[in-house]
Amino acid sequence: MLSLHGYGPSIFEGTVLTLEVSFSALMIAMVLGIVGAMSKLSHSSILRTVAQIYTTVIRGVPDLVLMLLVYFGGQVLINQIGPLVGYDEYIDINPFIAGISTIGFIFGAYMTETFRGAILAVNRGQLEAGYAYGMSGGLVFRRIMLPQMVRHALPGFGNNWLVLIKTTALVSIIGLDDMVRKAAMAAGATRMPFTFYVVVAINYLLITTVSIYILKYLEKRYSVGVRRE
Amino acid sequence: MDFSIIAENFDIYIDGLKNTLFLVSISLAAGLIMAIPLAVLRTSAGKVVQAPIRAFVYFFRGTPLLVQMFLVYYGFGQFDVFKESIFWPFFKEAYFCALFTFSLNTCAYTTEIIRGAIETTPHGEIEAARAAGMSTFLMLRRIVLPSAFRRALPAYSNEIIFMLHGSALASVITIIDITGAARIVSSRYYSPYEAFLTAAAFYMVITFTIVFLIKRLEVHWYKHLQPPGST
Repeated sequence: MLSLHGYGPSIFEGTVLTLEVSFSALMIAMVLGIVGAMSKLSHSSILRTVAQIYTTVIRGVPDLVLMLLVYFGGQVLINQIGPLVGYDEYIDINPFIAGISTIGFIFGAYMTETFRGAILAVNRGQLEAGYAYGMSGGLVFRRIMLPQMVRHALPGFGNNWLVLIKTTALVSIIGLDDMVRKAAMAAGATRMPFTFYVVVAINYLLITTVSIYILKYLEKRYSVGVRRE
Repeated sequence: MDFSIIAENFDIYIDGLKNTLFLVSISLAAGLIMAIPLAVLRTSAGKVVQAPIRAFVYFFRGTPLLVQMFLVYYGFGQFDVFKESIFWPFFKEAYFCALFTFSLNTCAYTTEIIRGAIETTPHGEIEAARAAGMSTFLMLRRIVLPSAFRRALPAYSNEIIFMLHGSALASVITIIDITGAARIVSSRYYSPYEAFLTAAAFYMVITFTIVFLIKRLEVHWYKHLQPPGST
């Protein structure tokens, strides 16, 4: 069996942090994704253009570059604004905030495309039928749009989630103690880098494998009402 | 913001650009060359041959590229046997480790893409090839693979973009690619905005050039599917 020289609990803490970053970033991404999808489908051409620029820029720039831009750039920006509003001390940007907001911002763009497709896949006639029954816009969204949208969005959503988990490894570069960084520290102390990175790789495999099973179950559940070919 | 810093240090970015393009194109080429036989085996060989390919794809698709790169660059040196082997002169170089990891990573993703494309070959095409008396190899070369490549192109173009973006990680293990150049300029002049925005612009230009070239290729490859008279 693998001997971790007492670094097991430390790696475990890192794994918990990785999960925290993943879920926090996912929340941000979902909110941005819904706002983005609504904007892309809205009647306002300004909103459509902004959403289009957002998704295009994210597709064109590597996640690492965006993260370094937010982390280092945000640091400079905050310390330039600080004195202007009467705050003289040096402000350190929190890597957790920088990490989850960058990852959330990136995956918000991917979620935008997923949700946009899902909204378009819902039958227009059903929405009109809802309005014809006198339902309000909110009620039509909750009762008719949402349950069917979820079914269409799940496969894309699942893919985005699996990529997102792996992207969280980048937060180790901006100094957040996730499992990759914990492994790097343990590797430095024990001179056993291979062992510790293998442990981290196995952890990622466990997380993605469990995710895949949960997503499969959800997909099955949400397509109960659909006839299969 | 002061972009004169960028103008003065533009040659660092040009070196970075060369490294990025080199890393990405070599990795993609190596990955694709390895992925084709693996995908064919994955769709036709017995369970015993398939198992290691499945494991390889599962590992590389289920773990972050960063961890894979650390495993190769830092991890391999843990074993004295490996350090004394003939491979060590290669694996102690960051550049080779990045190439090695990127190639295997893109190979795993590409194997899955091509496998999916091969599996959706219409039965009629295979039956026609068999009826015409083609051997399995000839059928693969003339019928299955050309049509699979066409179906795989949209997904593969995404993979090219992912590899380009993933190559930014090379800067973490001391390689001066576009991101590496930006990190140097950023820390030398304490100007993260100018440095990283320039890097972002470089990547965007490359990304959209690739997207444009693939659109052209798609038009060319799908010409026989276009309704007559169009374009």
